Amino acid sequence: MTVSNFPTNEDSEAREGLPTEPRRPSSVRRFGQSFAMFRNGKSITGLIIIAVFAIAAIFAPLIAPYGPLEKDYDALKQPPSAEHWLGTTHLGEDVFSQIIYGTRGVLVVGLVAGVLATFVAVFVGVAAGYVRGWKSESLSALTNVFLVIPGLPLMIIIASQYDDPSIVLISAVIAITGWAWGARVLRAQTMSLRNRDFVQAARANGEKLLRIITVEMLPNLTAIIASSFVGTVTAAVLGLTTLAFIGVIPITNLNWGTILFWAQQNGAFPDFWWWYIPAGLCIAVFGMALSLVNFGIDEYVNPRLRSAGERARAMRKKGLSTTSGVTEVRATPAEDPQP
Amino acid sequence: MTTLDFRHVTKQYKVRGAGDMLALDDVSFTLTSGQTIALVGQSGSGKSTIAKILTQLERETTGEVLLDGAPIPKRGKGLRAYRQRVRMVFQDPFASLNPYHTIRHHLERPLRLDKVVPSDRVDDEVRSLLTRVRLEPDAVIDRRPHELSGGQRQRVAIARALASRPELLIADEPVSMLDVSIRLGVLNLLADLQRESNLGVLYITHDLATARHFSDEIMVLHHGVVVERGPSDDVILNPQHEYTRALRDASPDPDKHFADPSGPASSRS
Amino acid sequence: MRFILRRAAFYAFTAWAAITINFFLPRFMKGDPVTAYMAKHQGDFNPEAIDSLRTLFGLDSDKSLWQQYVDYWGQLLTGDLGVSFSKGLAPVSDVIATALPWTLGLVGLSTIISFALGTLMGSVIGWKRGSRGDYVIPFATFFSTVPYFWMALIFIAVFSTQLGWFPASHAYDKGTVPNLSWDFIGQVIAHGTLPAVTIVFASLGGWILGMRNMMITVLDEDYVTVAEAKGLAPRRVLRKYAARNAVLPQLSSFALALGFIVGGTLVTELVFSYPGVGKMLLDATNAKDWPLMQGLFLVITMAVLLANIFADVVHAILDPRTRMMES
Repeated sequence: MTVSNFPTNEDSEAREGLPTEPRRPSSVRRFGQSFAMFRNGKSITGLIIIAVFAIAAIFAPLIAPYGPLEKDYDALKQPPSAEHWLGTTHLGEDVFSQIIYGTRGVLVVGLVAGVLATFVAVFVGVAAGYVRGWKSESLSALTNVFLVIPGLPLMIIIASQYDDPSIVLISAVIAITGWAWGARVLRAQTMSLRNRDFVQAARANGEKLLRIITVEMLPNLTAIIASSFVGTVTAAVLGLTTLAFIGVIPITNLNWGTILFWAQQNGAFPDFWWWYIPAGLCIAVFGMALSLVNFGIDEYVNPRLRSAGERARAMRKKGLSTTSGVTEVRATPAEDPQP
Repeated sequence: MTTLDFRHVTKQYKVRGAGDMLALDDVSFTLTSGQTIALVGQSGSGKSTIAKILTQLERETTGEVLLDGAPIPKRGKGLRAYRQRVRMVFQDPFASLNPYHTIRHHLERPLRLDKVVPSDRVDDEVRSLLTRVRLEPDAVIDRRPHELSGGQRQRVAIARALASRPELLIADEPVSMLDVSIRLGVLNLLADLQRESNLGVLYITHDLATARHFSDEIMVLHHGVVVERGPSDDVILNPQHEYTRALRDASPDPDKHFADPSGPASSRS
Repeated sequence: MRFILRRAAFYAFTAWAAITINFFLPRFMKGDPVTAYMAKHQGDFNPEAIDSLRTLFGLDSDKSLWQQYVDYWGQLLTGDLGVSFSKGLAPVSDVIATALPWTLGLVGLSTIISFALGTLMGSVIGWKRGSRGDYVIPFATFFSTVPYFWMALIFIAVFSTQLGWFPASHAYDKGTVPNLSWDFIGQVIAHGTLPAVTIVFASLGGWILGMRNMMITVLDEDYVTVAEAKGLAPRRVLRKYAARNAVLPQLSSFALALGFIVGGTLVTELVFSYPGVGKMLLDATNAKDWPLMQGLFLVITMAVLLANIFADVVHAILDPRTRMMES
C-alpha cells in the first residue's frame, strides 16, 4: 500500500475558515435556528397582528366595555359614538364588544382545527413519502380523494346533523376537509428527502425506521409543516365564519361570522355599515396576517423570492434594466500592466 | 482477519416503462482486512450498485455475499451486527450529512446505537474520532455541516464511518466532489487510517491514477462486468482488456505533445 | 398511454370513493328524519318514490349492507336520486337540473376570467420585479383572504343599493319566463354581473400571488438567462420561456383551488339569491330536505372531479415531459 510523501495542506485545510471563539450551548442555538424562518419583515408583521388578536381574545373581559350579548334598549342601531365605539345592533348590543368576544371563537376553532389537520397531514404525508410502491400510491390516492371532494358542501351536510355541536366537533369537521392539501405537499417533500444521502447513511448505519423519520427527516421538514399549519388555520377561519354566516353552526359559538349572520338577518344592509364592515374586515386582516407569515416562511425556504424585488430595484437605481438582453458595460478596464 | 466474499452477484433494476436494467452481471471478488482494492469504472458501470449491495441498501438479485464464510443476514440483529463491521463513506460531502444536526450528533449516533463505548465515555470518543481524522474537536464539534468546507465534511463522514470500529470500509468515490488540491490530503488520511486499524478498504473511483496510488489491487468494471483485475501496477502498466487501455490512454500525459500524438509517451505501451 | 391509464384509474377511484361516502352519510344520521317525513306525508308518495328513497337512505334494514350498496349503485346509474321533500316531491335529478346550468355558467365564466387575468397579472408582476407592480401584492394578499360572502354584501350595498347600477338578486327579472330572446340575455348579464365580479375579485388574489412566485423562481433558471443572452426580445422570453413553464404548477394548484372556489360560490349564490346549486343546497339544508341535499352533494363532487380531469388534460398537453413519457 503506497503512501505519498508529498506535503499536503491537511492541517491548514482542516482549520480553515473557523473562528476561534467557543460556541453557545447547542440546544439554545438549535432552538433559535428553528425560528429563523420567522425572522423577516413579513413574518414579523404577520405575527404582530396575530398577537394583537390573541391578546384581544385572551383579555376579552378586560378590554370589551360590555358583554357581547348585553342589551341596551335605549340605544338601538346607533352609529359609532363615545359609549359604543362601533355602534350597536338592532338589540342594542355593543358591536365592538361582540367583535372582541368573537375573536375567541375564531381563534380557538382555528387553532384546534389547524392542529388536528396538521397532525393528520404529517402522519399521512410523511408515511406516504417514505414507503414505496403500492403503499405509497394508495395513501396518495386517499389524500387525493379528500382533495377533490368539495369541502364546504361536506361541512354543511355534516354540521347540519347536529343541533349543538361542540367546538371539538366543529374543529374536527373543518379538519376533515382541510388536511389533504398539507399531506400532499409533505408527501412530495418526504419523497425527495428520502433519497438524500444522509438518510441513506442513517439506514446504512442501522438506524431504525422510526428514528430515521423522527430524528433525521422531520427536523428538515419543519418549514413545510409550519407553512401547512398556517395555511390550514387560514382555511379553518374562513370555513368557520362561512358556516356561521350560513347559519349552520349554532349561534352559541360566537365568532365574526355569527355577527355577520345577525347583521344580515336583521336588515343591517346597506345602512348600518358599522355592524357589518368591522367583522368582515377582521376576517380579512387576520387572514392577511396569516398569509404574511406564510410568505415569510416561503421566502426562507425559497431564497430566490427573498431579495428578488430588492435586487431589481437596486439595479434600476443604477440605471440597469433587469430584463433587457444586452449586458451593459459599466466600467472601463484597468490599464494593462507593463510587460 | 476478516474476509468479505462477493460471489457471482447479479443485480437487476426494474425501470418503469423501459423493462429491466442489468446493473451487475456475475461479479465476484474478495476483500480482506489489511487489503485495499480499487474498483474503477465510468459512470453507470455499476460501482455504486456494488457499494449499495455491500451495505444492504439494495438487495442482490442473484448470488451471495459472505462475511467470514457466512451469508450476511438480511434483517434484525444479524443485519445490525453486520452493519457495524462494514461501513461506507459516501461520495457527496454536501449531501451525506444532515443539515439540521451538529457534528456531535452525527458522531454520537453510531456510538450510542452500537454501544461502542459506555455512555459516559461517548463525548471523549467523539473527540478522539475527530482527532483521528485530523480535525480540531473544539472547533468543529458544535457546528452544522454548512459551516464546514467540503474537505472537512468528508473527514467528518470518515469519522462517522469509523465510529463503530468497523473491519471493512467502502469508500464510494470519497474525493470526487472535493477540490483537486485537497484530494490528496483526504486520500492520505484514508491510507493512514487503513494502516492504523488494519482495515479492508474497497476504494471506488473513476480515476485510474488515484486507484494506482492508493491500492494494492485494481478491478475494472465495465457495464456491470469485471473486465480486468490484478495488482495495481500490472493493470496500469500492462492492461490486457481494451477498455482498461482506453481508460489509461484517456489520462492526460504531460509528456505528450498535442501536435505529435506519437510522442515519447506512446513508447510506454 | 400508461400515464393516461394511471390518471383514469385514479379518477375512477375518486369517483367511487365519493359515491361510497355519499352512501354512508345518511346512515350516520341521527334519528331518522326521512322515515318521519314519509310517515307524515304518507299519502303523497307513489310506490316508486318510496322504493327509491328506501334504497338511498338505507331504510330497508331487512336487506344486508352489501345488498343495499348494490341497489344504491343500480339506482344511481339510472339517474334516480329520489324525490325532493321541499320541492313538492319532484324528482331530485330534475330539480338539480334546473339549477345546475346557472351555477356552471357563473362559476365557469368567473373562474376562467379570474384565472386568465390573475395569471397574466402575476406573470407581468413577476417579470417586472422590483417595479411599481409590486404594490399590487399587498392588495392581492388582502383580497385573497376576504370572505366571498362579505365581499358580495359590500358590492350589493355599494353598487346595487346606493348606486343602483345592478340588480341585487336572482338571475333574471321577476316574472320573466326564461326564453332565448335578447331581452332575456340582457337580464341574465345584468343580474349575473355582480355575482361574477364578486367571485373574480375574491379569487384573483390567489392566482396573482401564485403566478408571481412561480415566475420569480423560473426567471432564475439558467435557460431563461440563455434565452436573454441569445438576444431574444424580452416579451418573447416572457411568453414562450418563462410564463410557459411557470403556468404548469398554476394548473396543478387550479385543481386544489377549485374546491375553495366552489365553497365561495355557494355562499355568493346565497347572498345574491342566485338560483344555482349553492343556494339550492343551503335552502335544502334549512328545509331538512335530505334527498335533495344528498343529490346535490353528489352532483357537485362529480362536477369538481370533471373540472380536475379537464385541468389535468390541459396540463398534460402543455407539459412536453408527459408527452415524451407516453411515446
